[in-house]
Amino acid sequence: MEPTPASQPNSMVLDSQVPDGPIADLWENHKFSMNLVNPSNKRKFEVIVVGTGLAGASAAATLGELGYRVKAFTFHDSPRRAHSIAAQGGINAAKNYPNDGDSVHRLFYDTVKGGDYRSREANVHRLAEVSVNIIDQATAQGVPFARDYGGLLDNRSFGGAQVSRTFYARGQTGQQLLLGAYSALMRQVAAGTVELHNRSELLDVVLKDGRACGIVTRDLLSGEVTPHSAHAVVLATGGYGNVYFLSTNAMMCNVTAAWRAHRRGALFANPCYTQIHPTCIPASDDFQSKLTLMSESLRNDGRIWVPSTADESRQAGDIPEAERDYYLERKYPAFGNLVPRDVASRNAKTVVDAGHGVGPLRNGVYLDFAAAIERDGQDAIAARYGNLFDMYQRITGENPYSSPMRIYPASHYTMGGLWVDYHLMTNVPGMYAIGEANFSDHGANRLGASALMQGLADGYFVLPYTIGDDLAGLLGDSVVPTDDPVFTSVVTGIEDETSRWLSTNGSRSVDHFHRELGRMVWDNIGMARNEQGLRQALSDIPALREEFHRDVRVLGSADTLNQSLEKAGRVADFFDLAELMARDALEREESCGGHFREEHQTTEGEAQRDDDNFSHVAAWEWNGPDTPQTRHVEELTFDNVALSQRSYK
Amino acid sequence: MSDTISVTIRVWRQDGPDTPGRFETHPQQITTDASFLEMLDLLNEQLNDRGEEPIVFESDCREGICGTCGVMINGRAHGPQRATATCQLHMREFADGDEIVIEPFRAAGFPIIRDLAIDRSPLDHIIESGGYISVGSGAAPDANLTPVPREAAERAFDAAACIGCGACVAACPNSAAQLFTSAKVGHMALLPQGQPERWSRTEAMVEVMESYFGPCTNHGECHEACPKEISLDFIAYLNRDYVKAKVKNRALSGQR
Amino acid sequence: MAQSTRERYRVGPVRTRKRAWPFPLNIYQSAVGRKWVMALTGIGLVGFALIHMVGNLHVYEGPARMYEYAETLRTLGGGLVPKSFILWLMRLGLTGMFALHLHAAITLKDMSRHSSDDAGLMSGAKRYAGGRDHIAATYASRTMRWTGPIIALYLLFHLADLTWGWWLGPDFVRGDPYHNVATSLASLPVAILYVVANIALALHIFHGAWSIFQSLGVNNPRYNHLRRGLATGIAGLILIGNLSFPILTQTGLINEDNRACPVNDSDGLVCLAEEAEGH
Repeated sequence: MEPTPASQPNSMVLDSQVPDGPIADLWENHKFSMNLVNPSNKRKFEVIVVGTGLAGASAAATLGELGYRVKAFTFHDSPRRAHSIAAQGGINAAKNYPNDGDSVHRLFYDTVKGGDYRSREANVHRLAEVSVNIIDQATAQGVPFARDYGGLLDNRSFGGAQVSRTFYARGQTGQQLLLGAYSALMRQVAAGTVELHNRSELLDVVLKDGRACGIVTRDLLSGEVTPHSAHAVVLATGGYGNVYFLSTNAMMCNVTAAWRAHRRGALFANPCYTQIHPTCIPASDDFQSKLTLMSESLRNDGRIWVPSTADESRQAGDIPEAERDYYLERKYPAFGNLVPRDVASRNAKTVVDAGHGVGPLRNGVYLDFAAAIERDGQDAIAARYGNLFDMYQRITGENPYSSPMRIYPASHYTMGGLWVDYHLMTNVPGMYAIGEANFSDHGANRLGASALMQGLADGYFVLPYTIGDDLAGLLGDSVVPTDDPVFTSVVTGIEDETSRWLSTNGSRSVDHFHRELGRMVWDNIGMARNEQGLRQALSDIPALREEFHRDVRVLGSADTLNQSLEKAGRVADFFDLAELMARDALEREESCGGHFREEHQTTEGEAQRDDDNFSHVAAWEWNGPDTPQTRHVEELTFDNVALSQRSYK
Repeated sequence: MSDTISVTIRVWRQDGPDTPGRFETHPQQITTDASFLEMLDLLNEQLNDRGEEPIVFESDCREGICGTCGVMINGRAHGPQRATATCQLHMREFADGDEIVIEPFRAAGFPIIRDLAIDRSPLDHIIESGGYISVGSGAAPDANLTPVPREAAERAFDAAACIGCGACVAACPNSAAQLFTSAKVGHMALLPQGQPERWSRTEAMVEVMESYFGPCTNHGECHEACPKEISLDFIAYLNRDYVKAKVKNRALSGQR
Repeated sequence: MAQSTRERYRVGPVRTRKRAWPFPLNIYQSAVGRKWVMALTGIGLVGFALIHMVGNLHVYEGPARMYEYAETLRTLGGGLVPKSFILWLMRLGLTGMFALHLHAAITLKDMSRHSSDDAGLMSGAKRYAGGRDHIAATYASRTMRWTGPIIALYLLFHLADLTWGWWLGPDFVRGDPYHNVATSLASLPVAILYVVANIALALHIFHGAWSIFQSLGVNNPRYNHLRRGLATGIAGLILIGNLSFPILTQTGLINEDNRACPVNDSDGLVCLAEEAEGH
């Protein structure tokens, strides 16, 4: 069955629902003005939370604690597997423990500026406000943050921040925070307030009369397609970085939940905002499955360079100091190797494209610790980065203590996602998107150590308040029964789709098409985009998609664990998304943050924003499979932050 | 630098939890720069092209942190390299002409779902029984209110580093989950935040653990198989705390 | 495609918990508790093995001192308690510890086997087709389930041999351990049996003595590195001491050539007692 978009007026007005008032008091005041659900009434509401990463697990746990009846879904075997676990560096919070001048306002300011002025001020301010609560919460849960000798929490400066506001747990902050959220979730599972469905993949959301009323999932073990109804649906399903095939995202990360919501009427915002992380290990061969990220904290002590001459054939150690180009230090004396991610990434691409790349495939730049080791000693460097160095050595077989690391940017995080208002509700009533799945508070570029902050802020401290405002109005309404035609028709549609994949019987694997698609997206909608490349993508992607649907080979059956079958649906959604990314990138005739249009750069090669014409969120509305989406606009206003051209000179 | 080697893969195939399994043999050529799982990816693509169903194996982050992957490689959980999860193992650990036997992790508590994929949900049940500190969202005091000695925090981290892959159970001759359980119990018992529920947590988690897994007889294989090298010391702490808990929980409930 | 009707496979507990016994017996219901019992009884049994070995060294002082040692054991407690009372208490205690040790071991083994069901069991141990490249598990730890029964059987033999005198027949003189030992161990097959059994005992103690620390949670990072050495030391000491008896008997060091007293259970014992007295 073909999904039909929710009925929306043609000229949609995107109402962000941001209340009026001074920004510092906005959230505080709004918490008071929102409707509440009486404690004894909360158990009358059922809420579905899809995804159990930082955002999903924290939301499900908190909603469960509040007394809502929660159903949490993960397609992993356990909630603890979500890719939030792989975040290394840390989590920002405006605690100002180091007494170095940090404040909620500074974190807010830095985040808006870091996002290249493409985020919603009110959301970002709220994020900065609740950031301090996250640290308290995580510490109380037993997250073993790094501590100083006095037993108090340690902070470090991260990703170019001028203050030390990043809390960390060795190089495994994401893991520790996720395990904290996971344990909170499991506590609610034990208490019976959360019903956990593992190995269940969302394949569609269900609307009745324009309101989200449930989801349909496929049990990945038995193949059973099951409808679930609820008063509200929360999507916490992560980002779409795997559209590039090679990315630092986990193998199973996908856009399917967000995309299927989009096909049911939810607007998809800013899909062209993707973040490329500068310090990843370059690919070593053609069938590499994924790239490994190394914490950006490495840039605190490592110096980035390439040989001055193109096509250099000497080993790193044989290249004299005078023939090395420390290009970031040269171009950005003030920030040097600590320039924001997008700047670092783009400069790496520039030098590699110019033939200065290093390594067997000439696809990397050096990250050199020789100077730091000489200055601080190998032991100090090992204490700081030991696990990262070990990881590098395991993957490449090279010893980074004696020869420089090779790094190259890779797709890492996606700022775009489902459009949400101040309440984190999509334009479809009753459907929420939190964490990386929404178009988020990061604007066009996310600062380091802010992803964990946003996921947990949404889950622990924002959604649990805002969801009540909407649910309060539904008191007395029962959920739509799962034998309602709105559910049964979707179930049939999914079963049809499944049998279509199994009967296509083409010649190439799903991975083959995914890899081809990824190459197209990386080449044309990657670190730098131009009109020609985007138009190329817009003609190539549909052609490859057509071939994919005609020639893919999915073997096996639908009623066992069938990984090719799972992937087929996900890759199909990536095809649709890739096309929208190209369209969005083409329409955004400016450069900002992670979106760099080669036509729009300063004479120094920096991103050139066009605030007059593009200081807005682009939110796309699905119009059916063969009709281009409609672009809607939410204007962004900046009353508290002065727009300026970013400069890291 | 990279070489290409020829290896023979003997891999376990099993259609479902209740069907008997068998070994299948496939020759494979691969560069030594490839990871072990990329070698399997490549094999799967070849199988798919030949019209044979790909081998089911699980992996996700491929950075050694999510704990999704894990197979027995030549009789060793996660393969020959120390402190390395299957996804981080690279083919340079193998030599030309090697036969590589790949089997699922085995234990009665880890039934095989298909081929190399197993069901590790008992580990979740252990956490569910008490692997948490009860603090509702928003109820937490300021993070710096309770200083934690750095050594304690570091030691707690050593335990908290567990990725829940189940290699300890697979490697254990008794299929015991002591290392997994003791890591979580130890993590929380070392922190001041974990003290209020320390005894009830230990008791509950051990008892759920024992309903799924075998007894620990101190072989130490789990530590060797562990990609995070969790220390056996935590098992000792668990054993001590459990019996203490049996006594203390009675005292707490006023039965003494 | 029709909606799948297949039930999702779910893993259930391998064993269900029985009704809880009253405290503190409920500790023994758990495997961890059973390991405690094994460890505590292990301490007793290792202690016994050690003291038994040391005591037996009296054999090198000749028949009279050996007689005196045996007599001392029987008269422990002086005149306060009937003769042999304390000795029997110790024997009962040892038997109890042994029974508990054995029961815990058997039930734990059973639990281990059930936890590895379908895991390619071979002679009671979990097996993988890819071989089992044990890294930490020592030969001793993996053979506990063999060395244990060997020791148990050996113990029965040992009792039958030197306590009950089943084999020596008329040669057995109750109360004259020197004679009994010298006579029994002079037989080559018996000596070999003692050697084999004591190697098994040493292996058992080598893992067991280390394991005690883990099971009881006696763990201090500062001293942990000493645990292995201590276990090796105890096992080695017991091994060397115990092996010396059959080997030195076979080589002729322990013999009755220069024995002053006759061998019988009447005036022989009186003679031994007098000789010991004169010492």
